[in-house]
Amino acid sequence: MATETVAAEAAGAAHEAGSAGMPQLDFSTFPNQIFWLVVTLVVIYLILSRISLPRIGAVLAERKGAITNDLAAAEELKQKAVAAEQAYNDALARARVEAAKIVAEARAEIQKDLDAEMAKADAAIAAKAAESEGRIAEIRAGAMEAVTSVAMDTARELVAALGGTADAAGVNAAVSARLKG
Amino acid sequence: MATEAHSEGGLAFHPLDQFKIHPLFGEGPIQWYTPTNVTLWMALAVICIIALFVIGTRGRAVIPTRVQSVAELAYGFIYRMVEDVTGHDGVKYFPYIFTVFLFILFSNFLGLIPGSFTPTSHIAVTAILGFGVFIAVTVLGFVLNGAHFLGLFWMKDAPLVLRPIIAVIELISYFVRPVSHSIRLAGNIMAGHAVMKVFAAFAPMILISTIGVVVTPVSVLAITAIYGLEVLVAFIQAYVFTILTCVYLKDALHPGH
Repeated sequence: MATETVAAEAAGAAHEAGSAGMPQLDFSTFPNQIFWLVVTLVVIYLILSRISLPRIGAVLAERKGAITNDLAAAEELKQKAVAAEQAYNDALARARVEAAKIVAEARAEIQKDLDAEMAKADAAIAAKAAESEGRIAEIRAGAMEAVTSVAMDTARELVAALGGTADAAGVNAAVSARLKG
Repeated sequence: MATEAHSEGGLAFHPLDQFKIHPLFGEGPIQWYTPTNVTLWMALAVICIIALFVIGTRGRAVIPTRVQSVAELAYGFIYRMVEDVTGHDGVKYFPYIFTVFLFILFSNFLGLIPGSFTPTSHIAVTAILGFGVFIAVTVLGFVLNGAHFLGLFWMKDAPLVLRPIIAVIELISYFVRPVSHSIRLAGNIMAGHAVMKVFAAFAPMILISTIGVVVTPVSVLAITAIYGLEVLVAFIQAYVFTILTCVYLKDALHPGH
């Protein structure tokens, strides 16, 4: 370390002999540096403020505008998509309601037809039943009459067979009385 | 030690030679208008700025090329810094601040080219930058705020007894600003370059002495490390100078803390 400093000092001393220590403190070069610095700064400032900064600012603004526009367009399209979906859902719902209505109507109509047919069929059945009942009653009456006459005949025949004299009127009356009982 | 000292006599220690200013053409005294190496490296900085900010952006593309996006990045970086620190009304001083930033940045980076000259390592250059900012900010402060600008030194929220003392301290720190502002930049750049040069002077040790087997690799590694650090410092010092300029500008625009 010591040798280093010695060497550095020696170098520094040699230097000092040449151009008075640090070049930074050589005041004779200051006007030169300051002049060229001012020239450089003015040139840089003019280049930047006249050409570059407006240009970059315009590009950035343009890009920002483009991005904003694109975002707005995307938002708009999204809104449209949402609206379209809404419309689709509405249409679907409406169609469903419509379908339900049509189904209900059809059902009602069918029900009405069915009721009418049912009523007609009931009426026909009732008519048929009434008719059949009439005929059954008729048949029953006929049968009863036949049973009565058969009973009277049988009774008379029985009386005759048993050796009695059959009084037709009396037998008949007895049979009728018995049948009623 | 003695032998070492003797052998080191062969090494050339001129860490400050790189800062020497000499005329570009011929010999002779340096007049204020003489084209010197200062002129050359400042001109190179201007050419780099033109290449990046004029030629690089000539496409004006909405989808930028690589060079254009670097230019836009630098623009956005400083623009946001100015806007964040000074507020919206500081934006109109952005071109000046950007000029200073680019000059320091390109001078620092061009100075890292081996054998180059670094204008920002000279106190004359950084003092003009620092005092330029100081004078501009002070004048601006008085023009915009009148006597209210002195409120910068009169803390309203401090106890009344302490206010004069704080005012004195504030006043001193205000006038020290340009000095620290300029010495910080020149000092950092100069120290870094000088240290590199010192290590570089040790690098040929292997040609002189057997101890060079150790010293030469170490110094080469050290140069590499310091160079990496200096790349960082080149940017950081430009950044620090710029953000301090913004902070001082903010004081001029809004002295009421």
